[in-house]
Amino acid sequence: MVDQSAVGRCFTPVTARVEPGRLRYFLNTLGEQNPVYRDADAARASGFAGTPVPPTYLFCLEMMDVDDPFEMFTALDIDLARVLHGEQSFVYHAPVLVGDTLTFRPSVTSVAEKKGGAMTLIGIRCTVTNQDGVHVADTARTIVVRNEVAS
Amino acid sequence: MIASGDIKTGDRIVHKVFPPITRHTLALYCGASGDHNPIHVDLDFAKAAGFPDVFAHGMLVMACLGQALTDAVPPSKLRAFATRFVAMTQLGARLTCEGTVTELFTESGERRARLALTTRDERGEVKLDGSAVIAL
Repeated sequence: MVDQSAVGRCFTPVTARVEPGRLRYFLNTLGEQNPVYRDADAARASGFAGTPVPPTYLFCLEMMDVDDPFEMFTALDIDLARVLHGEQSFVYHAPVLVGDTLTFRPSVTSVAEKKGGAMTLIGIRCTVTNQDGVHVADTARTIVVRNEVAS
Repeated sequence: MIASGDIKTGDRIVHKVFPPITRHTLALYCGASGDHNPIHVDLDFAKAAGFPDVFAHGMLVMACLGQALTDAVPPSKLRAFATRFVAMTQLGARLTCEGTVTELFTESGERRARLALTTRDERGEVKLDGSAVIAL
């Protein structure tokens, strides 16, 4: 079971490039028709220097380009089948545009037992910077682990 | 798009209904998002984990909510976006995303609004509740 010793633990930084083809696939999957994400002129008219990404896409970029998507679960000895996503947040500091190269730095910020040990909540924060060193976003997620409880 | 000058507390500015979630959507979303947790596409895996069927990625549902949000608010105005995954979203769910203004305030020298956000299925069950901060 994950305990407090995990707090402060950092994982391998992830470098991700915002590729137009992959972004288009994401937009098509979601049925996203907003021209700001598809058309450079519409993006410029909306105040961007290039084509921006949708609000949740930062989460995808980190997962798509990580060498081992489940490194954290392996490192913390968590069974993937027992993991649920509890919460997710994004704070946006600067635009993320097609062509950017982002660096994600994830770390564990909290571990809490709930419901008499039936679940463990793990807080993970991630700072995101771009190729110019601009701090573009902070993401945070809570992972819920359903523990096996002796009956 | 919202008229940012005359927005007030209580205004519902986000509202969008999505088509039913299919297995095909979940399969596409695995590749589109890089989230290859088999619990969302592999029925055998989902059953072995104790679920009756596969279910939607929370982040797929949040992406729908994000789409509804930036249909109403230009992406350049979005400052923060957060959700809690309240219940699993089953296959076939028809999601409705809504957002209401709960607070107007000034932060970092900018006039901003806080929105309360929800995503519900066709039975009205809340799947996500969340919030966003937008610049006015």
